[in-house]
Amino acid sequence: MSDSIENISIQLKVNGKSHSRTVEPRKLLVELLREDLDLTGTHVGCDTTYCGACTVLMNGAAVKSCTIFAVQADGAEILTVEGLEKDGELHPIQKAFGDCYGLQCGYCTPGLMLSALQLLSRNTQPTDKEMRKAIAGNTCRCTGYQNILKAIQTAAQNMKGA
Amino acid sequence: MLSQLGDDAKLLAGGQSLIPLMKLRFANPAHLVDLNFISGTSYIKDDNDTVRFGALTRHAEIEASVAARKIPILHDCATGIADVQVRNRGTIGGSLAEADPSGDWATVLFTLTAEVRCLGTAGERTVSLTDFIKDAYTTALAHDELVSEVVVKIPPKGSGGTYLAFKRSAPVYPTASAAVQLTMDGDVCQDAAIALGCVGLTAIRARDAEAALKGQKLTEKTIARAVEASRAVADPQSDMRGSADYKRTLVGALVKRGIEIAVRRARGEQVEVGHIYA
Repeated sequence: MSDSIENISIQLKVNGKSHSRTVEPRKLLVELLREDLDLTGTHVGCDTTYCGACTVLMNGAAVKSCTIFAVQADGAEILTVEGLEKDGELHPIQKAFGDCYGLQCGYCTPGLMLSALQLLSRNTQPTDKEMRKAIAGNTCRCTGYQNILKAIQTAAQNMKGA
Repeated sequence: MLSQLGDDAKLLAGGQSLIPLMKLRFANPAHLVDLNFISGTSYIKDDNDTVRFGALTRHAEIEASVAARKIPILHDCATGIADVQVRNRGTIGGSLAEADPSGDWATVLFTLTAEVRCLGTAGERTVSLTDFIKDAYTTALAHDELVSEVVVKIPPKGSGGTYLAFKRSAPVYPTASAAVQLTMDGDVCQDAAIALGCVGLTAIRARDAEAALKGQKLTEKTIARAVEASRAVADPQSDMRGSADYKRTLVGALVKRGIEIAVRRARGEQVEVGHIYA
């Protein structure tokens, strides 16, 4: 057995910006985002792969960043909630969550918006069932989900023209 | 590498079970070997009579595959495992190698003819899935072996199947599940395979239930016999998901519903099925 575990150098792109870091192999992706890159919009909820608060897109796919080691994101492109707005303009999904009151405390919201983004980037006209399935891995304890579904539907309509 | 690191090394596939288990201190490996950077381990190859899955094929890739459209029971399974995020990471090889009693794949693949290719320093060997799953969290893998491929035989024409899992919410394991694959000739059941999940230390093949259907016209009476035999062979534990009695009743209901859907699919009907929520 080796005496010590060596840190590992990784390179990744987060919200379009390249980063090089040397990290402990045990560091989770969500810890890298929050602690090393100061991107605290990605939240830690349950820390046991249940609640989806830590959802980010990794190479376009929604993943729970508390259940991936930072070293596994070497070479990957990550999108967090901070990367949604462009040039000071809210992303249509962000706008729709606000307009439809798709949040109360807001803790689960970044994760929900990224799950919504994976859905809408692959399916521009999701049915109610498809929307429910897409956010089944994101737990919200405030809203009862109705306004979240309205927000996703509104975003889908607004993104169609874009 | 595994033979050098010894017994304390663990392989990391999708990590959707192993990482949570490590956080909860249920698993405490001294070494983790990440398989995700090895190329060529994620594929779905459709031959004439088999479908071969690379060990690191993600559930989401199976969900979207042509193979899963051809074999609906595979689609039922892949599309319902946990949630989108877990399906984007979790792998078929990792799921089988973990051998969690509540895992979905073993239950489904027990009803198809499935083999696991195990690769180690001594070479490659093929093990039938029934021999591969030894016990809860225990497989036939030697400590210096890994799963390289999962081979599934394509069911014959006139065969239909379904996988039904009953869950309290998407990210959790099912309370109980049932896989049913039937080959029909008109109203008569030529062949039947039924497996039960989450109601024993491993997935359980319900042989008596299969015998109750084979060669029979599927009437209310024969189906009731199969359901009764399924309940009898289930060996559930009472836990936070439900009492043993509740799970036994539930798994019977799933088998009944599964037989009805399998028959319709064997006739060529398109039946959309998803995991069932409480």
